[in-house]
Amino acid sequence: MILSHIGYYSLLLGFIISVILLFYSIFYFIKNSQKINQNIFSLLFLQFFTVVISFISLVYSFINSDFSNATVYNNSHSTKPIFYKITGTWGNHEGSLLLWLLVLTLFIFLFIIFSKKQPVKYRFLSIFFQQIIILGFFLFLLLTSNPFSFLFPIPNEGLGLNPILQDPALAIHPPILYLGYVGSSIIFSASLASLIQKNINKEWANHIKKWIQIAWFFLTIGILLGSIWAYYELGWGGFWFWDPVENVSLMPWLCLTALFHTVIVLEKRNLLKSWTIILSIATFTFSMIGTFLVRSGILNSVHTFANDPERGVFILIFLFSLIFLSIILFFIYQVNESRSEKSFFLISKETSILINNWFMMYFLSVILIGTTYPIFLEVITNEKISIGPPFFNKLIIPFLILFLIFMALGPNLKWIKDNYKNIKYSRIFLFFVCIFISFYIIKKTSSEILFISILGGAALYLIFITINEFLNKKNNFSQTISHFGFSLFVMSILLNSLFSSEFSANMKLGQELAYNKEQIKFLKIKSIDKENYKSIIANFEIKDEKKNIISLYPEIRIYNQPNILTSEADIKTTIFYDKFIVINLLKGEEIFNVRYQTKPFMIWIWISVCLVSIGGILSVLKKN
Amino acid sequence: MKKNIFYLSILLFFTFIFTIFYLGLDKPNFYKPKEVKNKNLEEFISTELFSNKQFNSKDIIENNNFTLINIWSSWCVPCRSEHGKLMNLSKKTDLNIVGLNYKDKKNNAIKFLDEMGNPFSKNLIDPNGIISISLGAYGVPESFLLNNKSRIIKKFIGPLTSDNISEIIKIIQ
Repeated sequence: MILSHIGYYSLLLGFIISVILLFYSIFYFIKNSQKINQNIFSLLFLQFFTVVISFISLVYSFINSDFSNATVYNNSHSTKPIFYKITGTWGNHEGSLLLWLLVLTLFIFLFIIFSKKQPVKYRFLSIFFQQIIILGFFLFLLLTSNPFSFLFPIPNEGLGLNPILQDPALAIHPPILYLGYVGSSIIFSASLASLIQKNINKEWANHIKKWIQIAWFFLTIGILLGSIWAYYELGWGGFWFWDPVENVSLMPWLCLTALFHTVIVLEKRNLLKSWTIILSIATFTFSMIGTFLVRSGILNSVHTFANDPERGVFILIFLFSLIFLSIILFFIYQVNESRSEKSFFLISKETSILINNWFMMYFLSVILIGTTYPIFLEVITNEKISIGPPFFNKLIIPFLILFLIFMALGPNLKWIKDNYKNIKYSRIFLFFVCIFISFYIIKKTSSEILFISILGGAALYLIFITINEFLNKKNNFSQTISHFGFSLFVMSILLNSLFSSEFSANMKLGQELAYNKEQIKFLKIKSIDKENYKSIIANFEIKDEKKNIISLYPEIRIYNQPNILTSEADIKTTIFYDKFIVINLLKGEEIFNVRYQTKPFMIWIWISVCLVSIGGILSVLKKN
Repeated sequence: MKKNIFYLSILLFFTFIFTIFYLGLDKPNFYKPKEVKNKNLEEFISTELFSNKQFNSKDIIENNNFTLINIWSSWCVPCRSEHGKLMNLSKKTDLNIVGLNYKDKKNNAIKFLDEMGNPFSKNLIDPNGIISISLGAYGVPESFLLNNKSRIIKKFIGPLTSDNISEIIKIIQ
């Protein structure tokens, strides 16, 4: 009770500070102040502090199961384990927005501390734009989704947290993803500030690059965690479903990846200024669009755990005000790049990065259209459709081939001007060798050989080229490891989808079935009462042709609050394949639907994404 | 001049997207997913709370034009607030309201109905929650509106609101 009051008034205080900071920063900006005075630092810290206080109060209300708080009542239950009581704080709409705000205020505070070398006016403007965003989120929180609203009479028991969210990977997935999403807000504010100050140059690129890399790193890891969670918790055995909510996290990622590369061109060659600004604006806009699509309930998805159309209106208006604001600013203060700055030499590193950007934009538009087209169609013609994986696969895979080839060739080119005579013919020869190898492998296994074997060849080519780079002493280690990771990523997905096999049947206790040289035996079943669920654990034995025996223990959980049934897959992971088994309750507790899958190279998908992000974090740590 | 037209068209483009998204918000299709809406309710057998007799769900449902199955429990707080609305509904209309008493103790359930009134024509029990799960319920309270062919016309997750009640009345008349 008292905690809710503290939390609420602390939020109000933060909101007031935000208004003060807005006026303060613009006032000092006009006054041409020569330095950022201590008051601004204190206010920024205080603002961060108020959000921390209110976040802690909410966490405490969750730990104490204080059901007088509506958020706690709706999303918690007194029998829930303490860990999930805490993580339940951001497992719901109100709490997760509070987390947004926490990260927003933290980032602007850190930004001002670490940007001391930058021009003062630019820093004031960055505070100004960031405070507009923060103000918007304070209003959103206070007006439409107050995490501290009271319930009277006080309920005895809460409604519980959705059981599929009660998972360690998902507990840390939102905070990490938010660091990426919200990290892009600071890029947005800073790029608008530098647009007005006309200081888009090498120094600025050097300074903003670190922020881009940090946001990119967290976004990558955040998406990875979400994907791992979907793999073992949703029980379908896939790791990416082209689901709208997954897509909206991929859109800012693609923008950010393009920006990651473009900003290097800006840093080294003072080129692509407007494009860098457009990408910075777009990245944050896509993060906001993501929030809008997920929170408003406009899209139907397995991931929408909290939604409310009225909140959607607020985010939509806020989102488009930001878009219009940035478009207008962009037009007024547009950058005049001189003609010499615009021209590129055809064979150069700049061109290859530009090509990377074209591909990123292409992938982005495919995903954007695939995700939002159903909304447009429904509004205009009232027809409901859903766009599935085939659409994305058909449009993305062919282009991925070219993308991989450019990725192998581009990084070796020189800045400014390279000569085509420097291209080694051995590399072209190697490319055809790779295609031949993959053609040979795939011919034996699959009928759709054309695209896949070229794609496999291209991925293999990139693997060879990057390994070759590692051996080269003058290599750019962080870049090479990221590109190597990416080639490994494409390769493992390819092999995974080619060689995956699935077996599905209804089985009784004691039954034994044969499948693909393997014997699957349903041995035992037992039922255990746990803290907040009843667990039914089955025991399966898989015997392969060499008489190796693997025991698997898939589980069904019947949660008490709210009453939901979840299937927990059991997965045995080795470096070559995953054995994945999941059961579902049919009638009574006798017959079960069993799905058994062999998924080759699953772990390599996770490892390769880790490698990609390690490359990203290494470039943050790298000295100039 | 040319530039201005360019700017204007970009602004118009974003305004168009804004309008579409705004209109799209009025069409959230969450609480009546297609597959649930046009599915038949799974048949089940259960015991009546008061008479201790066994009933088949099909017999109860298909003798009436419309049936509302309400999943409730005496320990469930929102059910308590919902109960008055069910009482009103049973008085105003001749809708066949069937209760499904979820994970409850018999004495508590009877006490609850004595205290708050009994809107149900029959009250089936679901002591371990298996029936509710097989019906595809998420929790308590939850209500299914069915026609005389056991087809789910509408599903209400959470306590019924006044709007839901008037919607039900509209459908059955």
